[in-house]
Amino acid sequence: MSSDIRAIPETAAPARLEWRVATVVDVRDETPRARTLVLNVPQWPGHRPGQHVDVRLVAEDGYQAQRSYSIASPPEEHTVALTVERLDDGEVSPYLVSELRRGDGLEIRGPIGGYFVWDVAVGGPLLLVAGGSGIVPLMAMLRRHARADASERSAVPVRLLYSARAPDDVIYRAELEQLADPPLVEVVFTFTRNAPPSWTGYRRRIDRAMLESVSWPPSAAPHAYVCGPTVLVESVATQLVELGHAASRVRTERFGPSG
Amino acid sequence: MHTEKMWLDGNAAGGILRDVFAHEMTAALASCVGCGTVGPVGALLEYGQPMGIVLRCPRCDTPVLRIVRTPGFLRLDLSGLTLLTIPD
Repeated sequence: MSSDIRAIPETAAPARLEWRVATVVDVRDETPRARTLVLNVPQWPGHRPGQHVDVRLVAEDGYQAQRSYSIASPPEEHTVALTVERLDDGEVSPYLVSELRRGDGLEIRGPIGGYFVWDVAVGGPLLLVAGGSGIVPLMAMLRRHARADASERSAVPVRLLYSARAPDDVIYRAELEQLADPPLVEVVFTFTRNAPPSWTGYRRRIDRAMLESVSWPPSAAPHAYVCGPTVLVESVATQLVELGHAASRVRTERFGPSG
Repeated sequence: MHTEKMWLDGNAAGGILRDVFAHEMTAALASCVGCGTVGPVGALLEYGQPMGIVLRCPRCDTPVLRIVRTPGFLRLDLSGLTLLTIPD
């Protein structure tokens, strides 16, 4: 019997999530504080929109710092794009945003996540609510939606409500304006600090009236994905449930202020 | 190791949970021993610790799941859980 046990191939053992060294193949400045890192990851198994990776930096003395960053790119691309917002007193984000260069290596593991994920099979309508850099995992969903075939796309109407401090803080602004294709894909911004005098849209934090106006009614049973700072996520998720949306259809991901 | 994370919920714990479990765990349903709430691990509240993580019930704050990494060991405290239902 023992020979039978030994005959089990090693690959049958559950695979641990291994750290791999990715190579930065491109960097793109998105806003004055946010940068996209495009990575080539050896043996990348593919990912689902909404998933993230862990990034690990190791100093020469062995000190390690680890963070999680959402994947912004859709599964159709062969590279993996992370968008990182710089937090000036952070340990990791200043390095990723300001120092990492094309050709550099970066230790990552992933993809990670099975709760805050969406794919065409989940269906719609799809309500995306972002605060600040919380747009990143939602962007992977929007990009996936844009690449779906016409019949899949038309079956899933999408509305994005994106809260940012000011227009200059909007990540992927040009692409979002390009992706907007009402009534199938609607993109709504709200600016909480500064907006130009000509701005006719929302100028306040997301509140219940705004959600009621932007979202579908609960009878349409949208799938909601809410990502951003904890305060925004809790408030939006609570209000969606108060408006009558099923809590099980409101998925949340909280971004904290660490760096 | 510094494990302060960018996220403050169970989604961010997906990586360290994969050090313990063979399955992706953020979509697993956890039943809280404190109040009986059943919800996805990804929606638990994460309190980052220098050595690991504590995931708390968003309703009653009970520590549902704790993982501590010490040299040579991963320590898992599941005393806040009555049941984990893991998609297979």
